[in-house]
Amino acid sequence: MFETLPRILLGLVTGFLFGFLLQKGRVSDRKVIVGQFLLRDFTVMKVMLTAIVVGGAGVYAMHAAGLTRLFVKPAQLAAIVVGGLIFGVGMVLLGYCPGTAVAAAGEGKRDAWWGLAGMTAAAAVYAELAAGFSKNILTWADLGPVTLPGLTGVSAWVWLGALAVGAAAFFRWLERRQA
Amino acid sequence: MNVLAKKSWSPYAVGGLIGVLSWFAFWSSDHPLGVSSVMVRVVAVTENLFAADHVTATPYLAKLRPFFDWEFALVVGLLAGAFAAARLGRMEAPEKPAGSRIAEAVIGGFLLLFGARLAGGCTSGHGISGSLQLALSGWVFFLSIFASGMAAAFLFKNKERQ
Repeated sequence: MFETLPRILLGLVTGFLFGFLLQKGRVSDRKVIVGQFLLRDFTVMKVMLTAIVVGGAGVYAMHAAGLTRLFVKPAQLAAIVVGGLIFGVGMVLLGYCPGTAVAAAGEGKRDAWWGLAGMTAAAAVYAELAAGFSKNILTWADLGPVTLPGLTGVSAWVWLGALAVGAAAFFRWLERRQA
Repeated sequence: MNVLAKKSWSPYAVGGLIGVLSWFAFWSSDHPLGVSSVMVRVVAVTENLFAADHVTATPYLAKLRPFFDWEFALVVGLLAGAFAAARLGRMEAPEKPAGSRIAEAVIGGFLLLFGARLAGGCTSGHGISGSLQLALSGWVFFLSIFASGMAAAFLFKNKERQ
């Protein structure tokens, strides 16, 4: 029923820091989330792209040094596109994504608790349908656990560098326009 | 002023620190940050109380043993961390949602998690952890949620101008 105590403690500490950061980053505020999709507030994009560039640089460096594995999820493109399209609508209606809904619930926002109830209901329904999906949509356009460097033959460092430069230029333009 | 008592931090600082937290999770726990499978764990634990045979017969639930794992603990910690951050920042008590908002939240939550499970991850597992590994799956998910999220926002939320 339980994983080992050290792993439970590691999970609790990591989660505590994650929740603290999400709340201080204002992404547990549904005005901020909906504002991102209306292109009025770019907080979500700033948090995510910075996390991706900083996280990617460290994880690829640790991987090169033999300090970590990579955990690349399979590119089941049909399921990811359909699931992602449903997710986007849900995210606008609820105003949170799963992680930020938990954070908002922790802050005492009751709408987020109702959102968690809807999420749990969806998990129960999905568990009954999962075996069926694994015979059809999950197999359609499944390219396996591929990465952009693997697909293109271009080094991860070039991808991360280009992403960093692109994100920095975009945010610089954004901050100047708002100034 | 005490930085922990600030109402909010720079989104770039928060993003950078989430990136560093990802290093920590990969290195210390051999696990990327992710959230959306925990709702399935909650279902597995609950159904296990009164329909244990059904859980065993459903591979999607049975494969999650042990149910209380690192990711389950992550979500419990997340709840507490956000609570602590809001308290330290002296956030005002959130208002009570109206009935229509409750309905919207339940329906939105349902779509959100159904989509996440079909896609195999959420904004954390695919959007951050997947994208930072330059996984094709993560970036395709990222683009898909922005495509439908923008369409839904401009259709349903555009009248709520600030």
